[in-house]
Amino acid sequence: MSAPATHFKEASRRMAADLRHRRIIQTAMVKYETVRDQRKLWFQDWQGARNLAARTKFEAVNHLDQYLEQFVRLIESRGTKVHWAGNAEQGREIIFNILRAKNAKVVIKSKSMTSEEIHLNDAMVAAGYEVAESDLGEFIMQLRGEEPYHLVAPSMHLTRGEIQDTFAQKLNETTTDSPEDLTMLARRVMRRKYLQADVGITGANFAIAETGMISITENEGNARLTSALPKTMVTLVGIEKVLPRYEDLALFLPMLAVMGTGQALTCYNTQYGGPRQPGEADGPEEYHVVLLDNQRTLLLADAEQRDTLGCIRCGACLNVCPVFRNVGGHSYGTVYAGPIGSVITPHLRGLKQWKHLSDASSLCGACTETCPVKIDLHHHLLQNRRNASAPTAGKPGFFQKLAFKLFAVVANHAALWSLTTKLSRLGMKLRGLVNGSFFDPTRAWTKTRELPPIAKQSFREWLKEREL
Amino acid sequence: MIITLFIPCFVDLMHPQVGISMVRIFEKLGHKIVVPEGAACCGQPAFNSGYWNEARTSAAKVLAQLQDAEAVVIPSGSCGAMVKNFYPELFANTPQVEAARKLAAKTHEFSSFLVNQLGVTDLGAKFPHRVTFHDGCHGLRELNNKRPPRQLLAMVRGLELVEMGAAETCCGFGGTFSTKFPEISTAMSEVKCASALETKAEYVVSCDSSCLMQIKGLVNKQQKPLKTIHLAEILAQS
Repeated sequence: MSAPATHFKEASRRMAADLRHRRIIQTAMVKYETVRDQRKLWFQDWQGARNLAARTKFEAVNHLDQYLEQFVRLIESRGTKVHWAGNAEQGREIIFNILRAKNAKVVIKSKSMTSEEIHLNDAMVAAGYEVAESDLGEFIMQLRGEEPYHLVAPSMHLTRGEIQDTFAQKLNETTTDSPEDLTMLARRVMRRKYLQADVGITGANFAIAETGMISITENEGNARLTSALPKTMVTLVGIEKVLPRYEDLALFLPMLAVMGTGQALTCYNTQYGGPRQPGEADGPEEYHVVLLDNQRTLLLADAEQRDTLGCIRCGACLNVCPVFRNVGGHSYGTVYAGPIGSVITPHLRGLKQWKHLSDASSLCGACTETCPVKIDLHHHLLQNRRNASAPTAGKPGFFQKLAFKLFAVVANHAALWSLTTKLSRLGMKLRGLVNGSFFDPTRAWTKTRELPPIAKQSFREWLKEREL
Repeated sequence: MIITLFIPCFVDLMHPQVGISMVRIFEKLGHKIVVPEGAACCGQPAFNSGYWNEARTSAAKVLAQLQDAEAVVIPSGSCGAMVKNFYPELFANTPQVEAARKLAAKTHEFSSFLVNQLGVTDLGAKFPHRVTFHDGCHGLRELNNKRPPRQLLAMVRGLELVEMGAAETCCGFGGTFSTKFPEISTAMSEVKCASALETKAEYVVSCDSSCLMQIKGLVNKQQKPLKTIHLAEILAQS
């Protein structure tokens, strides 16, 4: 088993039995489902909207070369500097070069999963920069030294009391556990950082080709401050975030809000077209956009799973996934958790190391059913399993393969199946001798569940007797 | 009509009553039943585990045995989805793809066959109990089979259907998943069963014996007051 697989096995086992965690997440998700469903009704035709969104993103992805070029040409025409990063290391290096050129000491960040993907925070801290997360959830995670639990709601697994304790320990300030007090405390700390920061780094939700703009969606206004107060602004964005037209936002902004948080529209949706233009009163003096590939073009080359590049990172598939709800975001050990993470991580970071995530699914399809851009998520898990069992993927499970081969012959052969029926009854009797012990082949099942007995008369035996 | 029944391996061995009920229901409706001798595995366990070559070996036998059937009925949304949705994909780019498509078109899950093909919703069944219905994921999401089982249950005398909050949530079975990741599978099942228990129903009904095996396995182990029954077994009660 690979190291990530061992981590997942151990962590998921622990979390699945954590009833407190289960209660927190189930309650939160059931609330989410209720408001999400109410807001979905505001769409005249939700399924029609999904079809349109899927088509729009697929068009963008299939013509990525043209749309990226258009985006870059237009955003550069207003004085933005665009950088291309082939991989995580290049992405970090580009950002370090900017920080060095600006002689920066303090960096303020708004929420960006792409920056998590290239482990930007760790690298900046290691290089001696002071880095402050300004999204409340990310701020809490940074104080606790944890990875984001969920790609939209990084600290959703914590109670108010736990956040209160974290603030008391890490900020040395006491407050009540009311959301208002906790937020005001975080705000006081952050406001100082905004003023100190030399560079502000943001992520992006969309890159609009038609107008050459970055679109950022947020609820706290922190991304606006991150972009407005420091003299230099940097946006890190995956190349797949392109939307062809400005008017596409009219569909994608409400869709992202409804599926992400159950809101009709997120509080702030801002489009950035470049640095401060002559005659403008605010905005950064310098604007850099870093376009990141980091294996995305590999996914683009995979005709079967290319649709995964349409993902708008709304987190809806995590929210409905019964596996995510029970094992939680940290068990995955990936930047992108839940169904979308289980599908794309093997592509981004290697099938051999990450194939276990595709196995850790009952293939229930709740993810595919909810995905606003109609990514065929659970069927992609099946394809990953197929790819993982190919001889080229390393050592396929020899015994498993043999077992399936044998079963195919036996189950579809009348006489052999009849013999198997009798042997199964004998097997069940013999199992009684080793019940629950290491030698019990059914222990993975019987530890928590009862095994149904083999019927005294199977269906086929009944049929035979009846026909006599 | 001559109806060919495909009885999956675990139904044959562990839940024969489901098959027997189907035979009785269709015979009562005046149809003739045929059960091919050597077809017990649709190949789904191998397919879902990624061993598509091995799955094709199983599936090819099924294709051969069922190709002349007038209509094939399967008492499982899961095995039904395998034949109906995944066979054409499994046999893509092979000489058997046409046969797979033909078989897919005439294969039906039990409840949808009754309602959508035979146009029957009232079988004159009587089952005076409070029940809740579990949507098996494959039946629900692969076969879009939300309404037929409920239409059938609505006509059963004395039956009271109480929907549970998590009717569409996976029971946690997932085939080999249930033993590869038993802790996750069990947690999922606990969530499912808690929702079913909340309805104070006497029975969980489903179109899938595999889901019921998981649910029953858990509630029996935890000694919770809940029984399980396949839809066909209810419809065969008079």
